[in-house]
Amino acid sequence: MSKIAKYVLYDIVRSRFILFYTVFLLVVTFSMYSLDTDPGKSTLSLLNIILLVVPLVSVIFTTTHFFNSYEFIELLLSQPVTRRTIFLAEFFSVASALALSFLIGVAFPMLLLAYSEATLFLILSGLLLTLVFVSLAFLASVITRDKAKGIGMALLFWIYFTLIYDGLILYIVYSFSDYPIEKITLLLSSLNPVDLARIVILLKLDLSALMGYTGAFYKSFFGSNLGIIYSFLFLLVWIGAPLLIALRKFARKDI
Amino acid sequence: MKKTWLLGLVVLHSFLSEAKTYVVNPKGQLKSIQTAISLAHDGDTVRVMAGHYREGNYIIKKSIVLLGENLPVLDAENKYEIFTIVANDVSVIGFRMINTGKASINDISAVNAIQTKRLRVANNQMENTFFGIHLANSTASLIENNTFHSDAEAEHLAGNGIHAWKCDSITIRNNTIRGHRDGIYFEFVTHSHVENNYSHHNMRYGLHFMFSHHDSYVKNTFHNNGAGVAVMYTQDVTMIGNRFEDNWGASSYGLLLKDIRDSHIEGNHFLRNTVGVYMEGSSRCRMEKNVFKDNGWAVKIQANCDENSFQRNSFLSNTFDMATNGSLVLNTVDYNYWDNYQGYDLDKDGIGDVPFHPVSLYSMVVEKMPSSIMLWRSFLVYLLDRSEKVVPSITPESLKDNHPVMKNYDYHF
Repeated sequence: MSKIAKYVLYDIVRSRFILFYTVFLLVVTFSMYSLDTDPGKSTLSLLNIILLVVPLVSVIFTTTHFFNSYEFIELLLSQPVTRRTIFLAEFFSVASALALSFLIGVAFPMLLLAYSEATLFLILSGLLLTLVFVSLAFLASVITRDKAKGIGMALLFWIYFTLIYDGLILYIVYSFSDYPIEKITLLLSSLNPVDLARIVILLKLDLSALMGYTGAFYKSFFGSNLGIIYSFLFLLVWIGAPLLIALRKFARKDI
Repeated sequence: MKKTWLLGLVVLHSFLSEAKTYVVNPKGQLKSIQTAISLAHDGDTVRVMAGHYREGNYIIKKSIVLLGENLPVLDAENKYEIFTIVANDVSVIGFRMINTGKASINDISAVNAIQTKRLRVANNQMENTFFGIHLANSTASLIENNTFHSDAEAEHLAGNGIHAWKCDSITIRNNTIRGHRDGIYFEFVTHSHVENNYSHHNMRYGLHFMFSHHDSYVKNTFHNNGAGVAVMYTQDVTMIGNRFEDNWGASSYGLLLKDIRDSHIEGNHFLRNTVGVYMEGSSRCRMEKNVFKDNGWAVKIQANCDENSFQRNSFLSNTFDMATNGSLVLNTVDYNYWDNYQGYDLDKDGIGDVPFHPVSLYSMVVEKMPSSIMLWRSFLVYLLDRSEKVVPSITPESLKDNHPVMKNYDYHF
């Protein structure tokens, strides 16, 4: 597996896309911190990047990579290696490439310029979000047959989790605002990896606003060690579950 | 003319009667403070040496000075009030008063002054007292350099640190108050001055006053109190250079202004509060040169406030700058610095060319549906806020800063 992963990784690095992505993240992070004198505000602006751009790039890059290396995968399948090995090697190489560029592009300047508990959480969530969306994009590419459909579906995942899902929650909150719905919104928002990452960071950055009655409820849950462990475990589930489904699909897929 | 006459009387008085000093010492001849008080006459001094005194309640009916040396401990054994003062010109200096009784009907205090004038309470330590100092109908009192600490667990088991009712011209300065119900409580107190006190970790309010006109509050710090600072039904209040910090909770405010009129609030710091300033039914208050930083809501102003002005304040990294509950706005907001301002300054006069709307759509949404705070900073909310900024329809159009300054004022106090 490591041999295949090595070749795939080599291929990815050669395509230069990942290099551009790293440089882009580096430039954005550095400019954010040099533009604003208050590091807290820059961290907030970066939160948007991490919640939007990182998942977007992850899904697009993963699906295009998968379909571009379709022939390579077909070639490998004719060799005496299991489908499982090939798939996992693909996943690990793509995931590690994206994670590495995130670490270099965001984590490194952040730790250098504005180390705090909030930034640490931001980095961890960004990293996990990368993996979640790589895993989801793999699922999208395995389910679909051609590249356009694959990217379409991956983008749908992205837009669903970043936009539509929140809209639905807002609608539910609005419709049932006369009822005590704190626990339900808590459960619902924890079903979305993007929300989960956002809330964990929110608790570090907007604590004062969250100390109102409702916010205090969330704070007591997500702010506790148990809540933090719960959030990160859930994010891990969001990495594992789509990956497992995709793995099963890939193993049975007629290629 | 009147003053010289008074002075003459004082001089005459001092010639007529020679002030005596009684020394109370646990190892000396005079062991009881009670006895010393009963021996003393107007103008005398009772010096109390260090020791542990359990003598119940001291009722002071004479104008005497009670002077503790090296903090003698007055222990009320969880039963009594310590000093009950009914005479004018009494001083209580340098005692450590502990363990007063607790009651639901009487306001048992370490120092209780009833209808007195010119009381002075200084350099004392109050520990585990129900009420610290209780002033009723007392004028021209001075309370300074005392510390108050209570460990009560529930609000009904704690009294106020400094409680003043129907007083005039009192001065309260350099005190530290912790763990009481209200740190400083004023009701019908006029022409008084509260300066440089530190009121923190009290169960309800750090400072609480009602119907207390013409008072000033200067350079006090109110930190992490149950519900912050509440001021109600009062006119002509001056609050300058105070700090309101870390007041967290659903009904907790850095500063709650309810039915306040003609007041001046300047140069204060509001840091890390759930709500920095909450205004309700207030009129003609001037808020100037204050700093609002890291608050959940910097200012919540209800629509029933009118003719208030917010000028030259700094709004820095607050989650929401302003919130209101209606569309009618009768207040002015001008020349403030908003770190959320995204306008431009083409003519380089330091003032932004487009007005700033401090009320965001989502702050109105959260006002109506508190649960929706969880979606804050999501992409959806960002889009909603953006579209509202382009075409304001829900947020009050007239609540705007026409002259947002481009650079932070950088206030240092």
